[in-house]
Amino acid sequence: MLGFIIKRVLGMIPSLAAISVLAFIVIQLPPGDFVTTLVAQAAEAGDTIDDAKMAVLRQRYGVGDPILVQYFRWIGGILQGDFGYSFEWNQPVSQLVWERMGMTSLMSFITLMFIWAIALPIGIYSAVNKYSFGDYAATLFGFIGMATPNFLLAIVLMYISTIWFGNSVGGLFSPEYVKADWSLAKIWDFAKHIWIPVLVLGTAGTAALIRVMRANLLDELNKPYVEAARAKGLPEVKLILSYPVRVAINPFISTVGWVLPTLISGELIVSTVLNLPTAGPLLLQALKSQDMFLAGAFLLMIGALVLIGTLLSDILLAIIDPRIRLS
Amino acid sequence: MSDSVDLDDGSELLDQQLTSDRMVVTSQWSLIWYKFRRHKLAMIGLTVTLLIYLIAATAGFLSPSVPSKFQPKFTYAPPQTIHFFKQNEMGESEYFPHVLGYKTTVNPESFKRSYVIDETQVVPIGMFVKGEKYNFLGMFASETHLFGPIDKKHPFYLIGADRLGRDLLTRTLYGARVSMSIGLVGVALSLVIGVILGGVSGFYGGIMDRVIQRVIEFIRSIPTIPLWLGLATAMPQDWPAIWVYFFILIILSLIGWTEIARVVRGRFLSLRTEDFVMAARLDGVSEMRIILRHMMPSLFSHIIAAVTLAIPNMILAESALSFLGLGLQPPIVSWGVLLQDTQNLRAITQAPWLFVPGICVVVAVLALNFLGDGLRDAADPYS
Repeated sequence: MLGFIIKRVLGMIPSLAAISVLAFIVIQLPPGDFVTTLVAQAAEAGDTIDDAKMAVLRQRYGVGDPILVQYFRWIGGILQGDFGYSFEWNQPVSQLVWERMGMTSLMSFITLMFIWAIALPIGIYSAVNKYSFGDYAATLFGFIGMATPNFLLAIVLMYISTIWFGNSVGGLFSPEYVKADWSLAKIWDFAKHIWIPVLVLGTAGTAALIRVMRANLLDELNKPYVEAARAKGLPEVKLILSYPVRVAINPFISTVGWVLPTLISGELIVSTVLNLPTAGPLLLQALKSQDMFLAGAFLLMIGALVLIGTLLSDILLAIIDPRIRLS
Repeated sequence: MSDSVDLDDGSELLDQQLTSDRMVVTSQWSLIWYKFRRHKLAMIGLTVTLLIYLIAATAGFLSPSVPSKFQPKFTYAPPQTIHFFKQNEMGESEYFPHVLGYKTTVNPESFKRSYVIDETQVVPIGMFVKGEKYNFLGMFASETHLFGPIDKKHPFYLIGADRLGRDLLTRTLYGARVSMSIGLVGVALSLVIGVILGGVSGFYGGIMDRVIQRVIEFIRSIPTIPLWLGLATAMPQDWPAIWVYFFILIILSLIGWTEIARVVRGRFLSLRTEDFVMAARLDGVSEMRIILRHMMPSLFSHIIAAVTLAIPNMILAESALSFLGLGLQPPIVSWGVLLQDTQNLRAITQAPWLFVPGICVVVAVLALNFLGDGLRDAADPYS
């Protein structure tokens, strides 16, 4: 088992390197650099920045150096925990990203648990009661969940809560708790806010996983071993849960690898719509203003988060299914 | 097929045989069609999809106005109802299609407009009326609209107006044009990349296959929206609309090709070992001809299914990017661009009809998914 984990962790390194290169390319792509953006902003405000000052700025941030030098300086800094400096916020990037990424990870984790908790029983029910009213209802929900854009669902929920309850649902905390330390009251307040983004984010994933679970279980239900167990007089509920579900759940767990990227993609949009203090809105802002170190750090960490999530699901799979860890 | 066809007896007999026993000549495509037709949801999906593309193509004629025409005094005007009959002076009701105008009051403090239906203001409407100029099918100029107010200056908002008093129905119909075409053209682009890379990967195998598979795995493991956003920011702000359109297309295709490549590769792998391919190879047929003549026909239906299933993802992606303000920009009208207006919570509480383009996205995506599912099931008619 330990050997398996070590092998998987080592396998992550090339992927991480590839993500870092990609993130670096993406933040380098926009025409001009941060200094030109700064000049444009200054011009809008009626100021001018003379050439000498621009040269000093470029020198200080190493903007003019060859691309490769910039990349290795960037990645070298990150390996020592230094993510660079955010031009826009006038703060080291590391002060900005960790809290936001923490929120993003927490929200992704809660949503994933939510998806599993909903999709597993509904998927089992759909497969066992194939073509029943409940099965059709689940299928219908699945299709609509798949076809509705995340952001639209978020806005509709906001609209409904404004019309019916008279208050907006944005944010993750009530105003009085935003700056407060963590306490039971704050956690309760958090729970009251988190369910909307979780619901919005979870819908598409739940819809997809219900279909996966249903299809997997349907494949298993007709196998002879199920018939044999039934012939021996095992109660139906116990039979289904202990044999076919155990086999059908494998692909269910391995799908985390693709559910997680879509979850984080969706998180970015939903957080922007609902104005949540997660990575999404800040990354969007950083991309728009070419705050390259901040955007780069976010892109890199989002990539790393997906890799870690996939790793965890692989380990979980290996624990559940001995065939995988032994092969 | 109890009786065998003797080919030496001339083509006349063959023709007779063909008409009397249709199953003998049923082509692969007919078989696919038979199988597809049994799938009810897929048939609905096909009908709705064709309808949406037809609407998109003839948007100029179908819509009562043009998307750029604005009338600020009708900001967020609510939807009007069509009345077909009107009471004349004698008190009898006669056929006279019309809508009722608005009485507008502006709140002096908030500048919020409120509208009351004005019974006295009758706006006569009709079919094939003269209205604003547009280009029919992008080719010839026309002024005739399928329906609309007889006098084009009168307000006519069947599903309401937007922030600048533009007709939302017109804008939604025009939006179908961009949103649906971006799906189609984007997929065409992904198809080219996907078929080439997937084909190389599946046909030759070996090191090329390994490299391409790793690239696909990598692309699928990164969250798409941040990547799209990052790429979209690379676009200069002052680009003309049509360049933006193609740039967004290219960005979407850069990621969209992986699924098509996966399908093509899988098919190639299973076809490569088929007897008829082996037979062709032993006959000394060239590689290119094996691929195009022998393998393509059985690949084609699968590719079409994969492509159909890729279109809705493109539509969703475009709407998300445009919604965030990093995709298409006004004055281009797409469903995503129209949905930008819903970001303002106050606007949607005042004008919930701004959600209509969102409903269109959901309907189009559903229809294309049903269609794609049906095609995928029917793609292999011999199973």
